[in-house]
Amino acid sequence: MGLTNNSTGIGALEKELKIERMTDDDKVIAIAGNPNVGKSTIFNSLTGLNQHTGNWPGKTVTNAQGKYKFKDRNFILVDIPGTYSLMANSVEEEVARDFICFGNPDATIVVADATLLERNLNLVLQTMEITSNIIVCVNLMDEARRKKIHIDLELLSELLGVPVIGTSARSGKGLDDLMQAVYDVTAKKIVPEPVKIEYDGVIEEAIAVLEPEVKKHLNENLNSRWVALKLLDSDESLLLSMEKYLNLNILSNDEFLSKFEEAKGILEENGITRDILRDKIVSCIYKIAEKSAKQVVSIENKKYNETDRKIDRILTSKIYGIPVMIALLGVVFWITITGANYPSELIATGLFWIEDRLTDLFNLLEAPKWLHGVMVTGIYRTLAWVVSVMLPPMAIFFPLFTLLEDLGYLPRVAFNLDNFFKKACCHGKQALTMCMGFGCNAAGVIGCRIIDSPRERMIAILTNNFVPCNGRFPTLIAIITMFFAGIVAGPFKSLISALILVAFIVFGVVMTLLVSKILSKTILRGLPSSFTLELPPYRKPQIGRIIVRSIFDRTLFVLGRAVCIAAPAGLIIWVLANVQVNGLNLLTHFANFLDPFAYLIGMDGIILMAFILGFPANEIVIPIIIMSYLSTGSLIEFENLSQLYEVLVSNGWTWLTAVCVMLFTLLHFPCGTTCWTIRKETQSWKWTVLSFLIPTVTGIICCFIVANTARLLGLA
Amino acid sequence: MPLNYLPLGKKGRVKKLVSDGIVRRRMLDLGLIDGTEVEAIQKSPSGDPVAYFIRGAVIALRSEEASKIIVEPS
Repeated sequence: MGLTNNSTGIGALEKELKIERMTDDDKVIAIAGNPNVGKSTIFNSLTGLNQHTGNWPGKTVTNAQGKYKFKDRNFILVDIPGTYSLMANSVEEEVARDFICFGNPDATIVVADATLLERNLNLVLQTMEITSNIIVCVNLMDEARRKKIHIDLELLSELLGVPVIGTSARSGKGLDDLMQAVYDVTAKKIVPEPVKIEYDGVIEEAIAVLEPEVKKHLNENLNSRWVALKLLDSDESLLLSMEKYLNLNILSNDEFLSKFEEAKGILEENGITRDILRDKIVSCIYKIAEKSAKQVVSIENKKYNETDRKIDRILTSKIYGIPVMIALLGVVFWITITGANYPSELIATGLFWIEDRLTDLFNLLEAPKWLHGVMVTGIYRTLAWVVSVMLPPMAIFFPLFTLLEDLGYLPRVAFNLDNFFKKACCHGKQALTMCMGFGCNAAGVIGCRIIDSPRERMIAILTNNFVPCNGRFPTLIAIITMFFAGIVAGPFKSLISALILVAFIVFGVVMTLLVSKILSKTILRGLPSSFTLELPPYRKPQIGRIIVRSIFDRTLFVLGRAVCIAAPAGLIIWVLANVQVNGLNLLTHFANFLDPFAYLIGMDGIILMAFILGFPANEIVIPIIIMSYLSTGSLIEFENLSQLYEVLVSNGWTWLTAVCVMLFTLLHFPCGTTCWTIRKETQSWKWTVLSFLIPTVTGIICCFIVANTARLLGLA
Repeated sequence: MPLNYLPLGKKGRVKKLVSDGIVRRRMLDLGLIDGTEVEAIQKSPSGDPVAYFIRGAVIALRSEEASKIIVEPS
């Protein structure tokens, strides 16, 4: 759940990255690498920024940039998405390749995982074909040491012909050496001389025909040998990118075309088709990677990953896999609910005490009554509600979830659930995007970029909202605690709440699968595409960092957004409640208008209005409901959280209202930010409207069925 | 033998990829070239996908993809 200032909302949508050098001396450095090797950790350590990190492949889906100063020079660091190759098989690979090719970086750091050197060298070698200004950073040296894997970095540097630096980015080890190497390469003190990758005789022959022709057009912009090879490999996306970034349409040149045909002819004569060529290219690179890795890596303990296998045998076993997953979710909720109770009351008491003092102050200053109404009963009280209801559960839930994420559990969730997604004709990685949705649906929607197939990505985007984001959790928790767990006393209270919440989440997942299946059979018809998922090694989480980061990056950020939206909403409610038309205030008019329909789906006009006004941010739905009830003449004086229940009941809430509100919280339109993000991601109003309608209609149908069944049976 | 028939705990070497286009490319990116050693290590709760040990990494493949990788059991 990539939820930081950088990854949430509009800021994350800047796909096309413009690098702004402060002076001409500033150096631009790209960080490339396989997924999940710690690129973002290195980026964060060097720049002091907080790009989202976690132990699963695919967290970084857009380029992020930051600055650092080393010695006398400024460096602009660009964190590009992690990829297995640069052959542009997916959007991320294209973004990564385009930046290395056309973003004009002064140097590229390729980060490799010390525990997986062989496969990582594949990408290193591919990058070396494109550019020679390369620094290889072998990260996770601490993990390798723990697993007794030794790497001869000097020999590797000799074999590759480029600087190789070992780092343990999570503890900051080796980063100074890395910065020094980057400095030296950009200052031309070190000139890397990457080994040349030699292909089969026939392929070399074809390259030799085409390369001089390519060189004429490129003017040193790109490595002509590599471009020639890619063109022979029928890489259309490279042609498009060349046109886009270099304004070069190489295929419109007759001389070039004739050489191109000649080179292709050489391959065809020798029976090298497109697939065979690609096989040969990849095999050749992998063989070099294999050979180099054999020379530099020595593994002392061949069973170094036995522990991981043992854990996996439990966490993904046929019998325990799914129960353990649900139990873990339950434990996270239980700790959240238990832990949140006390601070919630404390904060509420504190904030409402301040409200009284503010009232005293207004009285003292003899401020007009309406001003007190707007500022205190309107804006301040709504804010107080948002903070006291939201802050504690978020401050507990986020670190716990991040802990699971850092351990490497999320890919196992996707692994466990994949078969359900396959049956629904969608992508296994949808489970990962749903996990991101727990944090923020907008982030979840952006995260859908890890799914390559456009059809499956669209399904994941359209259904992401069925996972309640943190803005909706507090609502669910508050209602469950008041209406359902209340009957049970003592220590079991929060346990029951957690169980009910888990049931709701499971229901959300079932709805996701059901709707995905329906979409796959109707407007997004198709078969599941190919799917590969890496299960990374379990890593020891950094607990201190998790707590600090999840509170500062996520909790306070989300809270900040909620507060920004709650303040004007408080103002609007106060105005609606205090402007009289035909003897009734506007709020009552509005609520009365919605009432008949709201009744059909088990709620009342005020609640429905709260959901509508909560469109900018779901966090404020409950506060709006309370403020509205209070402002329409309810006599209950407000002192602490526990009286919330009485306010609701005195306004006609029953258990059925509670269930319907919870259902509608789970199943309704995405918030404003998420809709905006969907519009940006899909580039289509049609899909945006659908993503709004699908959950809303689902919610209305569910609530209608539940409400009217219960009423018919005389249960409520 | 298609990779999805490789029993858990057993190893095999890649003989041939029978997929084409993007699926083939993705398999190649993972390092599944002729002669690469693959070990079946863990089934998911429903039996599909299966996790394989490929070049030091654990990669989950659905049976559709695995069936297009022909291996020689060793």
